Parts: sequence; structure tokens; C-alpha cells
Amino acid sequence: MSDEWKPKILGMVCNWCSYAGADLAGSARTQYPPDIRIVRVMCTGRLDMLFVLKAFADGADGVLVSGCHFGDCHYLEGNYKAAKRMFMVKSLLKNIGLEDKRFRMTFVSASEGVKWAKVVEDVVNVVKSYGPNPIAGFAANK
Amino acid sequence: MAEKKVTKKDAAQKTAKKDAGIAPNMAKEEKKPRIGVFICHCGTNIAGSMSITDVQEYAKTLGDVAFADNYQYMCSTPGQKKIEDAIKEHNLTGIVVAACSPRLHEPTFRTATKEGGLNPFRFEMANIREQNSWVHMHDSEGATSKAKDAIRIAVAKAALLQDLIPKSVPVEPTAMVVGAGVAGMQAALDLAAAGIKTYLIEQEPSIGGRMSQLDKTFPTLDCSQCILTPKMVDVGRSKNIELMTYSNVDSVEGYIGNFDVTIRKKARGVLTPDEAEARGFVGGGCNGCGDCDAVCPVIKPNNFEVGMKPRKAIYINHPQVVPLIYTIDFESCVKCGLCVTACGDKKAIDLEMQDELIKVKVGTAILATGYDIFPIEKKEEWGYKKYENVISSLEFERLICASGPTGGHLVRPSDGVTPKKIAFLLCAGSRDNTGVGKPYCSRFCCMYSLKHAHQIIEKIPGAQPYLFYMDIRSFGKMYEEFYYRIQDEGAKFIRGRVANILEDPETKNLKVYADDTLLDRPMELEVDLVVLASAVEPAADTNRTRKLFGVSCSMDGWLLEAHPKLNPCGTTTAGVFLAGVCQGPKDIPDTVASAEGAASAASIPIHMGEVELEPYFAMCIEDKCAGCGMCVKLCPYSALDLIEKDGRTVMQVTEAKCKGCGTCGGFCPGGAIWMQHFTTPQIVAQIDAFLVGGEQ
Repeated sequence: MSDEWKPKILGMVCNWCSYAGADLAGSARTQYPPDIRIVRVMCTGRLDMLFVLKAFADGADGVLVSGCHFGDCHYLEGNYKAAKRMFMVKSLLKNIGLEDKRFRMTFVSASEGVKWAKVVEDVVNVVKSYGPNPIAGFAANK
Repeated sequence: MAEKKVTKKDAAQKTAKKDAGIAPNMAKEEKKPRIGVFICHCGTNIAGSMSITDVQEYAKTLGDVAFADNYQYMCSTPGQKKIEDAIKEHNLTGIVVAACSPRLHEPTFRTATKEGGLNPFRFEMANIREQNSWVHMHDSEGATSKAKDAIRIAVAKAALLQDLIPKSVPVEPTAMVVGAGVAGMQAALDLAAAGIKTYLIEQEPSIGGRMSQLDKTFPTLDCSQCILTPKMVDVGRSKNIELMTYSNVDSVEGYIGNFDVTIRKKARGVLTPDEAEARGFVGGGCNGCGDCDAVCPVIKPNNFEVGMKPRKAIYINHPQVVPLIYTIDFESCVKCGLCVTACGDKKAIDLEMQDELIKVKVGTAILATGYDIFPIEKKEEWGYKKYENVISSLEFERLICASGPTGGHLVRPSDGVTPKKIAFLLCAGSRDNTGVGKPYCSRFCCMYSLKHAHQIIEKIPGAQPYLFYMDIRSFGKMYEEFYYRIQDEGAKFIRGRVANILEDPETKNLKVYADDTLLDRPMELEVDLVVLASAVEPAADTNRTRKLFGVSCSMDGWLLEAHPKLNPCGTTTAGVFLAGVCQGPKDIPDTVASAEGAASAASIPIHMGEVELEPYFAMCIEDKCAGCGMCVKLCPYSALDLIEKDGRTVMQVTEAKCKGCGTCGGFCPGGAIWMQHFTTPQIVAQIDAFLVGGEQ
């Protein structure tokens, strides 16, 4: 193992667009950094704000939520509802002492493999620029 | 959080017996999980980028893992057999396969899990190919560590998976095809022949689509009309096809087997004989006599002839239309009433007709919405719409067609003179990465341009076609032979893209400037006529229609198939299929083949009579529900209601309406909604497994 710090980034993505987009990046062998772990849900609408907060409390250095483009949701409007909630999460993060850019919501369609790779690369770079999650110890001490 | 997990699970178990989606044995006391992990090499696809041994050894160290194994190809028969045997031998309660994407092989391994005696939903997949080995090909350490995490996350979920029973729903024994070009017609004819009642919806007043505008078809040189019109007549005649022209889809609700579709039948102002009879005019209605056409004072360009021929405000596109019913273009109609008088006793014309909304229920649907021609005037360097003698290939088709505006005599638009030197520009807007055109190959332009060259040589003595090309793509059956034939007939091929075209203001001749890349020198050629083999793009209404059916599109706007190789006619919406060019450029043989494939696929659920829906329903944990009703408003399918139960207000799910998105569960402030297979404890366990369960 190299000693370089590796960020822990959680990706929560919808089955129909972003997960499929990530699969497409794979079929096309589009390379990106391996610092993200994916949890698949059927729709980003499924995501409770608590999932994101829980991840940060557990020590995630970054969280990415990715769904379908607006108007393309497999369930009509789950992504709108997710976006509303995730916007709230973002504003909350600042107030609990976390850089809000550690959290990102994006929209990647099933045909945007290249975009998926770019998004992950961006997220990894941003998180690396911030370093380890400062509140990770908070959860551990409790 | 750990506390929350326990309470939710307990509460769910209490209510589980009442729920149809969960198998009865789930309510039994859960044993300690015994998970089997199977790691696939996928040849070297996975094994080439990570250490399978390391990953397997790591999997064995996980608390809930009772067995771990690996195999070259887990999806093969011996691979699946390993799962079945291990379930029995090691008394496993859940299966994790670390392999490709669940979007590819989840059904395969669910079947193996079931064959081994477990409920098929006791299976979870760790994607270590598409989202690991293939995207971290040069980082073995990173890939191995990511695979370990992925397996740990999957095991955490597998330990909490429950037995679920898919819900079977009956399938309405009718189908719908949207678009009646050659793809839609073929699909509808096949469905009808299989005994399925089919609604065929076409937005134009008549059927036939793009193919009806063509003169000849390559490489056989069959006359397009000769092979298409019999099909059009068959569609009109078929007892199982309900043809709805001048109509489009207004809204779609429901799911596979049970789509409720509202069709907007646009006001065409003319009654069919049946409609006339329904209004009490027996023997009346339009018989296509054309008396109205003769008296109508309004003149408009005929779009079927690409604007090169006039039509009236009451019109048919061409004499062979199916159905042979006139249509009033109400945007142009001045309502003078001359047509009503001319129609006389047939009483076919109703100038006050309104759009009509018709509701139908169908089991499956096929989208065959076709294509439009890319507006090639955007490539300004070629002067389309600026120089009269620069025409598009579709205009060429109409000009060379015996039923076209010139009776099949190819003439220059500027002076009506027969052109002798004609330049064809292939890849006009296709394979164009400038941002103006389309990056893809439009696939049929090479071949029809060869055909055009042949037609000129055949029809015009002394004519000389010049084809400016990048590559000639003659990939189909007998296509390459056709290419040789056109070379032998004397067509001249110049490999190079045309830089620009200038018009001689006196003669209206065109000077074509290009680079001959085979001789590596610039060239200049004066010709009488330029034909642009324009790129194609998705038909104008495609985006609206696809959203109604919940179908995705690729970046170019073409509709996206479920899998390009394994499910090329299906979409991500179960019960909705694709036929023809709406999916991407196809020539006529490929279009018809894809239509037959789509028809076959669309007929399967109908012949089966019922389909299984994935049991990812929401359910209410009534003890925790405060009856606030937020979820009821959030549900996009109106699947949730508030009901009174034991003196309290609680939410109730109508499973037939629930599609399992989980939007309600994501919001519920009391954590009272349980999303089957994506429960809060399962997702939280995945997050925990990643962040606090791993190698520190």
C-alpha cells in the first residue's frame, strides 16, 4: 500500500441514468480515479437527507449523488425532489463545519459515460484539495 | 442509527405477513446470515486488473460470509452451478456475486439463486467490472481495494435482504405502434398477423413515412412505391389494426401490460365514411374524389414534395395515400365554404371539427417515430437555400421520381434545364465534429448517393455524376457489389470533403472547391447541380414522445435501447420497444428487421397473458406513520392514500400503482415507509459497511 492519503467518497446513484452511465464508462474503458464506492438505488428520490449526513458522520470525505437529467427521470420527477432535498443538505453542511463542496449532486444520463468519468475525477480532485473529513473524529468519539 | 435500524426491521417484520410482496417465511425469526460470495474473473476482464485471490481471501474474513469462491465465468453453466451447489452445501442465506453490472446479469444470478433453493431476491451483485476493472485498468492496487469494498458493501446488504415475491399482473391483449412509416407499418402488420389488436398512430394525414417519398431503393433498385404501397393497403385492410392518422399520443400512464394511453386525434375537418355514418349520413363521408381540392382557393407548399409542388388548404399528399381521406390544414383554411358546397351530399366536410381525445388501454407499445433531415443550410459553406441549384437528397428523390413534381424529369431549380454535371456531397453534416453537424454516420447516405449516380447515368444521356466522399460505407448485403457497379458505369469518385461552393451569378452554375486527398491536391469543379446527402436527426416530436413513455435517449437524441446487443429492441421501460430509425440511422432492410424484432418482443408479454413486476413496492410501517400525508403528495403515481385505521390516520399503498421509486421513503420524516429491496436499514448498512466496516 502506498502512503498517499486516499479519500473515501460515497456515490449514491439512480439505477436508470447515472448507474447506467457509469456502466457505459466501463464498457468504453474510460479511466477515472478509483476513490469512489457506489450504492445503487432505483431513483435519487429514494435518498433520505439522513443518508448523506450519516455518511459524513461516518467519516466520508465526499459524497456524490447522481441522477437523471431533469425531465428524464424514470419515475417522472424523483430527481427534482431529490435535488430539492440535496440542496438543503448542502446549505446545512456549511453550518456544521464542513466544506459544502464535499457534497455534490449531478445529473448523468445513461449515455454520458464520459461525463460520469469527468464528474468522478472532479469530485475526487475537490475532495483531495480539502483533505480528510474534519468531523470524522466527532462520530468516532461518540 | 443502529437503534433505528433494529426498530425499523422489527416493525417491518410485524407488518410483513399482511403484505403480498414479502414471502410468508420472512416473518419467521431470521437466522444469522450466511452469505456466499462468488468472484468472477470474466476471463481477464476482471482478473487482469486485480488480484482475485486477495479479494477472495478478504471476503472470507467478513463476519457474515460463510463461503467464498471464484470462477472464470460465473454467468456460464458451471459458474451458476457453483452457486446452486454452495447454497445447499453451506446452508447459505444470501448470495453475492462480484462480477459485471447488475444491469446485465442480475436476472441470470437471481435465477441461479432460485435454482439453489433460495428466494431470488436474496441476491446482491457487486459491480467489479464496468465500475471497477474496466475503469481502473492500470491501477491494480486501487482496483483490488475497491473490489474488496464493493463486496463488503454488497455483503452488508445481502445480510439484510428478504424474501420477496414478484407481483403478477394481467396483460391487456392489445398493442400500440407510434409512427406509421415502414417500421411502424411492419411492426403493426406482424402484431396483427399474430392475432393482436394493434393501434397504429400516425401524426401525418397518411401512412408510409419517409419511404413513401423515395423513388428507388438500393441496391436492388426496386421502386419504393411498388414495395411499399401493398403494405400500406394491407395496413388499411387489416382487421386487427386500428389505424389512427393525423393523431399523436397525448399522455401515457400505467406500466407494462396496462398502459392507459390518451390519443389526440387532430381535427382534420373531413369525415371518413364510418364517421359520416355515425353522424347519420349513410353513404356519405370522404371518398377521395377531389372535388373539394379543385375549388379550394388557398395554395400552400406541399411538404411531402419538400415544398416543390403546391397543394390546397384541403389536400392529400399524393394520389396513393392510405387512408384516402382529405385533410384540411386549418392554419391556412379561410373557411370560405367552397369545399363544403363542392362536396355536396357526401357531407364529408366539417369546418368546425375539434380535436378529439381518445383513451385506449394497451399491453405493450412500440415507438417507430423515425427521422427528419438535418437542416443542412446550417453548413453555410455549401450554400443550401442560398443557391438555387444546391438541393438536398430528399429533393433529388422527389425530382427523379415519376410521381414527383416534375414527373421524374430531373431539372435545375434555377432554369428548368436538365443538368449534365452533378456533384454529390456525401457526409453532408454527418461525421462532422465541428459542432455544426452530427458526429455520427447517417449510414444510408453513401448507398443512396450511389443509387442517385446510377439514376442520372441511366436517365440523362451524357450526364456525369461526381461523388465527393470521405469513405464509401457499403457494408450491407450486395452493397459493395453495387458500389463496383456504379464505378463501372462511369461515376467519378473524389475522396475529399468540399470546402465551399460558390455560384456563378450569370449561369447559376456552381463552383465546387475541394481537396482531392488521394492525389493530395486542391481541386475546383464547375457543375450544374449539387446534391447534398444530408445527415439525419431524430424526428421533431421524438423528445416529447419518448418522455411520455419514459424512454431515455442517447446524446444525439436517438432513442436508447435497453442493451445494444442483448436487448436492441427493448427500452428501460418494460413493455416499450423501439423500431426503425428512431433508435439510430438504419437503411430499409435493417429498419424492417428491427420492426419485426420489436413486434416479436412486444407480442411476448401479450401471449404470456401476465407479467411479473419487480416487487420493489413501498409499504407503510403503520406503528410509525403519523398520517402527515407528505408522501401522498410526493407520489408521482397517486399510489398512496391516507386511510382511517383503528382510530388513526395512516398511509396505505396501492401496489398496482406503485413503481418503487422510493420518493416517499426518501422523504418520510418518521422513517415510516419501507421500500422493499431498498430499505433504509439496507442502505444504511451499505453506507456503514463502506465507511466504518472496512480495513482502517
